[in-house]
Amino acid sequence: MSKRPLSPEASAVVAMARSGLSRRRLLQVAGITGVAATAAACGAGGGGTASSSGAAPGPSPAQDLSDTEKFVNWANWPLYIDVDDATGAYPTLEAFTAATGITVNYTEDINDNNEFFAKVRAQLESGQSIDRDIVVLTDWMAALWIQSGFAVKLDKAAMPNSANLLPNYTNVSFDPGREYSLPWFSGFGCFGWNKALLQEALGTDTLTSLSQLWDPKLKGRITLLSEMRDTMGIIMAAQGADPSNFTDDQFQAAIAELQAQIDSGQVRQVSGNDYIAALETGDVIAVIGWSGDMFQLGDDFGVGLPDTGGMLWTDNMLIPSVATHKKNAEAVMNYYYDPKVAAEVAAYVQYVSPVAGAKEAMAAIDPALAENQWIFPSEEKLANSFVFMTLTPEQDVAYQREFQKAIGF
Amino acid sequence: MPALAPVAGGTKVPSGAGVQRRARTAYLLLIPGIAWLGLFFVVPLVSLFFTSLQAPTGTPGVYQPGFEVANYVTAISDYWPQFIRSFIYSGIATVLALVIAYPLAYFIAFRAGKWRALLLVLVVAPFFASFLLRTYAWRTILADEGFITTTLNALHLLPDNRILNTPIAVIAGLTYNFLPFMILPLYAALERIDPRLIEAAGDLYSSPFTGFRKVVWPLSLPGVVAGTLLTFIPASGDYINATLLGSPQDRMVGNAIQTNFLQFRDYPVASALSFIMMAIILTLVFVYIRRAGTEDLV
Repeated sequence: MSKRPLSPEASAVVAMARSGLSRRRLLQVAGITGVAATAAACGAGGGGTASSSGAAPGPSPAQDLSDTEKFVNWANWPLYIDVDDATGAYPTLEAFTAATGITVNYTEDINDNNEFFAKVRAQLESGQSIDRDIVVLTDWMAALWIQSGFAVKLDKAAMPNSANLLPNYTNVSFDPGREYSLPWFSGFGCFGWNKALLQEALGTDTLTSLSQLWDPKLKGRITLLSEMRDTMGIIMAAQGADPSNFTDDQFQAAIAELQAQIDSGQVRQVSGNDYIAALETGDVIAVIGWSGDMFQLGDDFGVGLPDTGGMLWTDNMLIPSVATHKKNAEAVMNYYYDPKVAAEVAAYVQYVSPVAGAKEAMAAIDPALAENQWIFPSEEKLANSFVFMTLTPEQDVAYQREFQKAIGF
Repeated sequence: MPALAPVAGGTKVPSGAGVQRRARTAYLLLIPGIAWLGLFFVVPLVSLFFTSLQAPTGTPGVYQPGFEVANYVTAISDYWPQFIRSFIYSGIATVLALVIAYPLAYFIAFRAGKWRALLLVLVVAPFFASFLLRTYAWRTILADEGFITTTLNALHLLPDNRILNTPIAVIAGLTYNFLPFMILPLYAALERIDPRLIEAAGDLYSSPFTGFRKVVWPLSLPGVVAGTLLTFIPASGDYINATLLGSPQDRMVGNAIQTNFLQFRDYPVASALSFIMMAIILTLVFVYIRRAGTEDLV
């Protein structure tokens, strides 16, 4: 759910915005005579200038208006919070407003890490408001924000519940001690399959290894994720490399394997959430997909980590450097680290909760869910999953290039 | 520059001050159009051109002004298969659209009678649904367990036992999505033909086929040229059909531009790709129109 591919419509809009014709740019252009000057101004605008370097520390934090403006703007991914299916309201958010008097403007406008970053990047660099006080980003994108100075330090004293963060989440490489970020949910990059069709094709209803996925009997009936870290991580793990600490050569070896499967026509499509529909119609028998999505498909479909290991990713809450309601945002984060609230959301979204005590709280809501290994994974399951290595921005671009080239882009 | 034609027409009457005034009025009338094109076409185009020559700074997504011709080399060496695919797919789609649209436009223009208005509305009707939605619908139509695929499979007509996520699906999607752009100009051209000309051809002992070949087809050529251009140009830049209906082996240039802009934040190469695409299309269109102007195409 959390890592949708960029929708073509959205990307068209972003591409248009990227072409350098923002309102500000137009005004600038209108004020300049002479084609050369115009061109220089616009040309720079198209790609970001060297002077506004992304690696430079971001602008100083914006003024906090929390005391006078009792609201907070929260941008999250679609279908990533509890919803009252009858009314469309968000029960936990309403309870938060009732308790604190702070209204939450909750928007589901993050569909893709890259897409969202492209949308707000220029404002972040120039210190303009992006009208969002909390954003939820996947590890690697959160890392980029923190490195670039686009996120502010959290005031842990104001958020006592943040102590409920499970210990294994505390010391991530991109944010040691979690000074800037708090996890929202985690999930697995893993296998998913149609049990009946898999039985028909391979004579088994469980998919355990990548070599099964590459079985010629499944030719043209499998899909992979367009999220590089999940697809490449699973392939590298199957090749015996460690996705959380790999070398260039190991990455290249995995690319070669991927390329071979694409060229042979084994892989039907490489996409984001689109694979769900293809699994449902039966066009596709098996996929590399995301754990939470599989549960929505029901009992006819299987979900499992590859025996060589799956991928574990986390989406994190951050407060942008330009946010103007920091205190309110911290109140929201604090609230969702109350185990009871965390359990309520987890029961709905069925992803992995990073909050200690949520499991016990879940037992009160639904004992079966408290035992669900995909929401509260056992040590064993966690041991069999990898967190993708943290990449430098340069590495990220280089690897993305290799990956996108292999999948035909 | 067809926009200048009225000016030339206006100068036909030679009489001193009047001519000047009329010319001035004509130029004044041109201002909105020129301003619009200048602001929303020329400026972005120049901007795009300079972006395509920017040099990397070492930080991903950040570029500095330069004269980096290497961007064009990268664009061609990395993406030539996508270029070839784009033009083959959109070329086939354009021919298919012409073959499908011509009889339909002919029927609406000459035989539809009182149904003409309704049929034209039906041609345009798909536009009431979003482009994206219509393309998604094709995934259902062409699904492996769908009627079309199972029927063709029963006849052993499909090499891969499927249509979806193959070039066939991409070309079908392109043809479908741009078909109205072919039908409407064809209809406009055919509708203007005086039916008495066809009767006259018959009176002069031409067979219906010869009558069509010597009278209707040449007179409809402006429609054919407009229709093929309106289909071919957007189809070759399209990336939605390739994304939704194709496989990783069917991507087009539009996909490459999108990926470079958004995934890699490699604006120079994306701009270079756009420029190469534009240059190829312009060349093709130029040659095509030149030939269409003579009898070579007939």
